[in-house]
Amino acid sequence: MKTYTNTGNKDTRSGFGAGLEALGKKNENVVALCADLTGSLKMDAFKANHPERFFQVGIAEANMIGMAAGMTIGGKIPFTGTFANFSTGRVYDQIRQSVAYSGKNVKICASHAGITLGEDGATHQILEDIGLMKMLPGMTVINTCDYNQTKAATLAIADYDGPVYLRFGRPKVANFTPENGAFNIGKAVELTEGNDVTIIATGHLVWEALEAAKTLNEAGISAEVINIHTIKPLDANAIIASAQKTGCVVTAEEHNYMGGLGESVARVLAENAPTPQEMVATQDTFGESGTPAQLMEKYGLNAEAIVTAAKKVVARK
Amino acid sequence: MADIAQLEDMVTQVRRDIIRQVHKVNSGHPGGSLGCAEFFVALYQEVMNRKEGFNMNGEGEDLFFLSNGHISPVFYSVLARSGYFPVEELNTFRLLNSRLQGHPTTHEGLPGIRMASGSLGQGISVALGAAATKKLNNDNHLVYALCGDGELQEGQNWEAIMYAAANKVDNIIVSIDLNGQQIDGSTDAVLGMGSIRSKFEAFGWDVLDVKEGNNMSAVIDGLKAAKAKTGNKKPICVLLHTIMGNGVDFMMHTHAWHGKAPNDEQLAIGLAQNAETLGDY
Ligand SMILES: Cc1ncc(C[n+]2csc(CCOP(=O)(O)OP(=O)(O)O)c2C)c(N)n1
Repeated sequence: MKTYTNTGNKDTRSGFGAGLEALGKKNENVVALCADLTGSLKMDAFKANHPERFFQVGIAEANMIGMAAGMTIGGKIPFTGTFANFSTGRVYDQIRQSVAYSGKNVKICASHAGITLGEDGATHQILEDIGLMKMLPGMTVINTCDYNQTKAATLAIADYDGPVYLRFGRPKVANFTPENGAFNIGKAVELTEGNDVTIIATGHLVWEALEAAKTLNEAGISAEVINIHTIKPLDANAIIASAQKTGCVVTAEEHNYMGGLGESVARVLAENAPTPQEMVATQDTFGESGTPAQLMEKYGLNAEAIVTAAKKVVARK
Repeated sequence: MADIAQLEDMVTQVRRDIIRQVHKVNSGHPGGSLGCAEFFVALYQEVMNRKEGFNMNGEGEDLFFLSNGHISPVFYSVLARSGYFPVEELNTFRLLNSRLQGHPTTHEGLPGIRMASGSLGQGISVALGAAATKKLNNDNHLVYALCGDGELQEGQNWEAIMYAAANKVDNIIVSIDLNGQQIDGSTDAVLGMGSIRSKFEAFGWDVLDVKEGNNMSAVIDGLKAAKAKTGNKKPICVLLHTIMGNGVDFMMHTHAWHGKAPNDEQLAIGLAQNAETLGDY
């Protein structure tokens, strides 16, 4: 089984910050907007290097989205930065009308997504944002798994013309994808090859899926782990091919099972290759305060939960 | 009226509670909490008309809504020290399975909390709704709310502020924690708002300044003066001039401690500056 090395824990938001810093130098049209969370979003370097292209809007996310939409007229590529909750639910209609429906090239970059935001609690831990954003026609939805991939995705979305939701997180997690690796929007990444079960994971759950695959391997179950960084458009071909090979699927995400990656995968399979599936996700609940590791355990979002789900779905074949 | 010295003792204890809570879990918001200690003690000990115990509907008593939910440490401390729940529970702040969530919530049923807050800019609207219900119920008690100054940058506030004046909501007192700081810097540096007094006045509110928002008697006098102005067909705004981080010298006058916890050494310094008056939890 192919294994991956953690080159040192890093936060995905710092990957975004590094990507944005690089973009600042590379692409004059890139502008950044932030709503009083510059440090949390790791936008300080871009701000320091390009003060004229950095827009501090204050605690006013709706205005930020509207301004970003307007800045595209004349050719700028705006990257907005705030927490995932305030990047989506807070400003849903502004995104819907001024960005998605108007077809504007805005990159909505959202940190502190999911339950691993930790101690701040449920008011800040959005577990519904993937659903909200994938429902918008024309919106690309990306949830990256580690520092390197977040940096690569940040660079890639600047070259893509259209609205994008880029979701990442707060805690330091394993960094294991290649440095300066390619990022192909909409393309699944097969991480391990396997025959007994397909594990389709996104975001922080990708590393957990790899850990789960090791445990399953020791138990004689060979798992194919697929990293779905782009939830929309979804790489249906990769999912169908793997599901047909292994005959069962586990999806894993730091999100409500309603509206998330799991449902998107279920739709693809139901239409093309009906396959038993288990969903590792939160069960239609709000989060709560706690450390990221405690919360991942309590809400069943870690390698152990993936192993349990895999064994269950293998038995359902 | 309670003895001012006794209330000041409570404020000192509340400051200890604040820094001990955030230190233990290495997270939370001490700066704004410390600046609002006098306000909360004045409100709960001296100004609000409260009933014993906690009842969500709050009929026949004054209500309070915290819009800037991140200053939960001061809210929790004063609620506990006002008898809503055991002070020992402050030990569970931000821990797994606690009722003392990072930001206040009704979800875990903590007595004293009537609305979740944390996502900024929603509290004045909620207070307006509760004030409307009080009128419908012929309940002539008041509704109080607290809002951060940076928080005023959220547009929803101004929708609520406009509504309140247009509809002559005169059973509401909204205080603004005017500490001049937010996360990325001073409010002037992040997004200058000019004169907040003129803005509220232009929207049709009656505005009072409490110039010394960290002076116990000044805060009590200001809130009582505000109370005396209710019932006159105008909403009331109290501009509470506070010092962020007040009472812990290295946290004062800076945004640096907006959302950062002290380490062991810093905690010890902060505690040394605030005597244990009512007993630590
Ligand atoms: C809608 C929303 N946007 C952003 C945040 C993140 N945030 C939390 S506190 C804060 C600054 C608040 O400033 P202020 O109201 O002045 O409070 P203070 O810093 O004085 O405690 C920000 C931006 C939030 N909680 N909610």
